[in-house]
Amino acid sequence: MPRPAALFHTDTERTTADEPRRAFVRKALRGYEVTRSKTAATFTDWQQARTAAAETKYEGINHLDRCLAEFEEKFTARGGKVFWASTSAQAREYILNLARERGVKSIVKSKAMTSEEIHLNDALEADGYKVVESDLGEFIQQLKHEPPYHFVFPCMHLKRDEISALFEKELGSAPSDSPEELTLIARRFLRQTYIEADMGISGGNFIVAETGMISITENEGNARLTTAMPKIHVALVGIEKVLPKLADLALFLPMLATAGTGQHMTCYNSMYAGPRQPGETDGPEEMHVVLLDNHRTRLLADAEQRDALGCIRCGACLNVCPIFKNIGGHAYGTTYQGPIGSVITPHFRGLQEFKHLSAASSLCGACTETCPVKIDIHHHLLHNRRNAVAQSKVWWERLIWFAFVFAMKRPWTLRLATFFAPLQKLHPIVLGTALDPLRSWTKSREFPEVAFESFHDWWAKRNASK
Amino acid sequence: MTGDRDKIYARIREALREPAPRHHDAPMRSGAPTATAEFRAWLPHVGPDFTDRVALFAKQSDALKSEFLECADAAAAAAHIASLAESNDWKQIALHPGELTDAVANHLPAGLARFPVAGGYDKFALEKCDAGLTECETLIAQTGSVCVTSRSSGGRALSVVPPHHIVLARRAQLIPDLTAAYEHLAKKYGASYPSFISFISGPSRTGDIERILVLGAHGPKKLTILLLP
Repeated sequence: MPRPAALFHTDTERTTADEPRRAFVRKALRGYEVTRSKTAATFTDWQQARTAAAETKYEGINHLDRCLAEFEEKFTARGGKVFWASTSAQAREYILNLARERGVKSIVKSKAMTSEEIHLNDALEADGYKVVESDLGEFIQQLKHEPPYHFVFPCMHLKRDEISALFEKELGSAPSDSPEELTLIARRFLRQTYIEADMGISGGNFIVAETGMISITENEGNARLTTAMPKIHVALVGIEKVLPKLADLALFLPMLATAGTGQHMTCYNSMYAGPRQPGETDGPEEMHVVLLDNHRTRLLADAEQRDALGCIRCGACLNVCPIFKNIGGHAYGTTYQGPIGSVITPHFRGLQEFKHLSAASSLCGACTETCPVKIDIHHHLLHNRRNAVAQSKVWWERLIWFAFVFAMKRPWTLRLATFFAPLQKLHPIVLGTALDPLRSWTKSREFPEVAFESFHDWWAKRNASK
Repeated sequence: MTGDRDKIYARIREALREPAPRHHDAPMRSGAPTATAEFRAWLPHVGPDFTDRVALFAKQSDALKSEFLECADAAAAAAHIASLAESNDWKQIALHPGELTDAVANHLPAGLARFPVAGGYDKFALEKCDAGLTECETLIAQTGSVCVTSRSSGGRALSVVPPHHIVLARRAQLIPDLTAAYEHLAKKYGASYPSFISFISGPSRTGDIERILVLGAHGPKKLTILLLP
């Protein structure tokens, strides 16, 4: 088994055994589902809105070259700089070089999954920079030295006493069981950071082609501070985030909020068109956009699954997924968790290494049904399974299928098996021990009782006795 | 230095040679003249006249925990700000020059110090201000949002750094929806958009700890919107 798959097995075994944590996460997600449904119901037609969003994203992704060219032209005309990174190493190197050249000392970051994807913090810290995550959830995860649990709710798995203990240990604050007090501790700590930081790094929810803007959605105001106070702003954005027109946001901002958190509108939806312009009061002197490929073009080349690039990272598919609810976010071992992560990670990081995620699904389709941009998520999990087998066949699976076909074509094999069925009575002797040949099944399930007689024989006997 | 632009373009163009199937139904047409105006047909409904807009904006503000007040004139708006200043013991209010802000500032009590942000300011001093007073581009009834830009509202920091943000708007600035807000921006600025545009929907908030709503995460704890004739 490749390493990620083996890790997945041990991790899921551990996380599914943690019943209190599962109940805690389930309760939070139930709350989300209730608010989300209420907000979606205020739309005149939520289903048509989903179709319109899917179509807009389809247009953007299928004209990606044109959209990115338009973005670059408009954005650079306003004094912004664009850097195109094929790999994570190139993106890291560009940002590091920029920090070195400008004599940057301290860096403040707002939430960016792309930076998790390229492990930007590690690279910056290794080079001696102080990097502070400013989103409350990310700040907590950074103090905990743990990746985000969920790409929209980074620390949804933590209870307040755990956060209080963490703050006490790392920041020396007094213990508290009030979320308000805990938020205030982070606010006080971070306020100083914004004012002193000389570089702000953000992600981006949308790239607006028409006007050369980056749109950032957030609730806390940390991204606004990150992009207002420091003299350099760097936005690290995946190339697939394009929207053709500025006014497309009139649809996407409410949809992202509704699907993501159940809000009508996220608190701050901000569009950035370059650094401070002549005549403006403040803002950064420089704005850089790093456009990240990092194998997104590999997914683009798969026409069947291309719609997965339309993902707006709202996290709705995670919130409704029975697998996510039970194994939790960390067990996936990926930057992007949940159903959409299981679809795209094999394209980004290798099909054979991450094909096990596509198997960890009940194919219930809740993800596809909830997706605001109508990505065909659960079918793509099937496509990944098919592609993985087509690419490299597994010898023992082939053996099993060979045996199955052999037996199904020959009725005597079934008769032979039925003849030995009474051996099952001996099963309790080894049940639960290492000697049990069915151990991988009986560990968590009961083995079904085997019939001692075939249906064929039973039917014949029944008719004879009439 | 633009990095791997040509290589990435080459990969994109190669990938797009094969057309992608649509996994969604064909989009319905509502008969609206442009694709973006069409969004209106699917988004939450806004009533046709001004009183509907005011009522909806008030309802959304309430849900968002913003304070929304109609004022008879600049003096009435200033009186409300003065009462906020007194009950919260404000020492200093930050503001930018503008037709509405100037009109209201003229009526503010002399005891409340002004901190103007025009043409560069000390960010440490701004951080010490108790409130920020700004104008806006538009108010959006559909979502209860305030649209601010770096041109209309004194830059980027004034509306997010002080713990209480007060917005002044004229009745004509209250528009139905986000589509109208973008139409307004396009008409006003043409191709030279401000470098910063933001839709503010309520005071800053977080639900990161146990999904419990806390106001005043990093931005203002309070948002007051005053509507003038």
